[in-house]
Amino acid sequence: MIIYTIKRVLLAMLIVACAVSTMFLMIHAVPGDPANVMLGPRATPEIKEALRARLHLDQPLTTQLFYFFKGLVSGNFGFDLRSNRPVLDIVLEQLPHTLILVSSALIVSILGVPVGCYAAIHRNGKFDRIVGAISVSIIAMPAIVVGLYMLLFFSVELRLFPVIGAGDSQDWLDYLWHLTLPVVTIGIAWIGYISRLVRASMIEVLSQNHVRMARAFGLPEARVMSRYALRIAVLPSITMMGVSVAFILSSTVITEIIFARPGLGSLLYESVLSRNYPLVMGTVLVSTIFIVSGTTIADLINAALDPRALKETE
Amino acid sequence: MSLDQKKELQNFSDELSSKLIYRLFRDPMGVVGLLIVISFLIIAIFADFLAPYDPSKIDILNKLQGPSADHLFGTDQLGRDTLSRLIYGTQIALMVAGVSIGLAVIIGSILGAIAGYGPNWIDFVIMLLFDMVRSYPVIMFALAVVVLFGPSLFTIMAIIVATSFPTYGRLMRTQTQSLRQAEYILSARALGIGMPRILLRHVLPNTIGPILIVASMDVPFVIALEAGLSFLGLGVRPPTPSWGSILNDGYTYIRNSKWILISAGIPLILVTIGFTFLGEQLRDFFDPKIDRGSR
Repeated sequence: MIIYTIKRVLLAMLIVACAVSTMFLMIHAVPGDPANVMLGPRATPEIKEALRARLHLDQPLTTQLFYFFKGLVSGNFGFDLRSNRPVLDIVLEQLPHTLILVSSALIVSILGVPVGCYAAIHRNGKFDRIVGAISVSIIAMPAIVVGLYMLLFFSVELRLFPVIGAGDSQDWLDYLWHLTLPVVTIGIAWIGYISRLVRASMIEVLSQNHVRMARAFGLPEARVMSRYALRIAVLPSITMMGVSVAFILSSTVITEIIFARPGLGSLLYESVLSRNYPLVMGTVLVSTIFIVSGTTIADLINAALDPRALKETE
Repeated sequence: MSLDQKKELQNFSDELSSKLIYRLFRDPMGVVGLLIVISFLIIAIFADFLAPYDPSKIDILNKLQGPSADHLFGTDQLGRDTLSRLIYGTQIALMVAGVSIGLAVIIGSILGAIAGYGPNWIDFVIMLLFDMVRSYPVIMFALAVVVLFGPSLFTIMAIIVATSFPTYGRLMRTQTQSLRQAEYILSARALGIGMPRILLRHVLPNTIGPILIVASMDVPFVIALEAGLSFLGLGVRPPTPSWGSILNDGYTYIRNSKWILISAGIPLILVTIGFTFLGEQLRDFFDPKIDRGSR
């Protein structure tokens, strides 16, 4: 297990390194001088030269990549082209907003557990079929449509919720109020997804011997469900959440932009529009680290729970 | 994969058509899915005949109108007929989905088959590539690529291919690995048949089912991605009508007219439901155990 963990973490680091290098090379392989693109057509040659020297653009690509990684190791992600502040500071400033949004959405998605449970117990009943059809259709529902419809109905038409922004972070009630619609936008698909996953694994677990045993001993049905069946049945959902960080982050980007919430997504969008390459790199890097940690942790949990996974990867 | 599952796979082609149609029509979800998908295909193919107006005809006097007999879904800020724009948008959406998923399936399958069948180090390198691509959040990757190469239909399709081929690659790899030791593959190897031929003639036919399911479930995601990018102004360029750019019009004029936004969401929801229902039915039919992986 320890060896597997080390292997897995090393692989994760390798993946991040490759992903970041690809991004880096892509930005620098584009025809045209990055200094030109960054500064715009009106910059004087002197300014361009200074920028080039500062970003090591006058050196060969491999040396540039080396400088970039050297910077990363010492926590220097480069500097914002506009304000000249360290990219890391800006990203870390925005990160909490995204983290709060993502984790609240995941908490909301726990609602799917009782739904899936109930559907599994009353398998093929009316409730199961209706919930099945609804959750299948909302799982794939694009966040963009859900978000825009909610914005239209709850904010613009009914005026129940604020239209934009994250609210006052000092006043947590206000913050929560601003958080509601974005969280539902991301979370609703996950309620459906989790309920499907729980339903499927619950059906599998319910037919297993230990559940039959517990019933045979005359334990109350509620106790059998909660203590013996559900405990095992939620595991795939936990793993799935870890693996799906990338997917969640994608819908977060759209959601943040629709609701004009601060966060990694809005930051990336703004820096993309203003061609602020260091900021783009920083945001992508941080989110890549996130996603890779998500999948790695999910793999490790999986391996700890199911030793067969260890063998497969060796 | 157990032996009888393998046999099942081999018997697919014989019973496939009759059973599949039977299954699809027995379950209301399958019927709904199939009908929706077929209607969207028809809409895309016959857009020229179905659209009541020219999608880019500007009629400023009738701008931002609600639904009426003349304009079923109302008009946008330039007085263009929303329904016609949505109908033409169907072409873009389905074309992007079809072409890019098709390419992703081809590239992914080839790489996956090589990874599953080839020596360990190739497997490692290809898996590293898959994991690397998977670790980019799709929208973020797309934003970064669009800013570099400029927004266009081609960029969008390239992004989709680049981000979705690992899904198919992983699937193909698992399938190939489990088939690798199958008796008929071993005997084919013993007969001295080369690797490309084995993969093409003997492995591929047995893996096509699961790949089709995943592809069908992938369509809504791809269409949503195109819509998302066009919504952000980084996808299909105006005046070409795309569901995403119509959504953006609706978002911009949300306080003037709610109808643009409402109508632009409808096709996205319908397409999503259609392809997902169809995919679910196909999945139940082919193999209840496969999972579409994560994006």
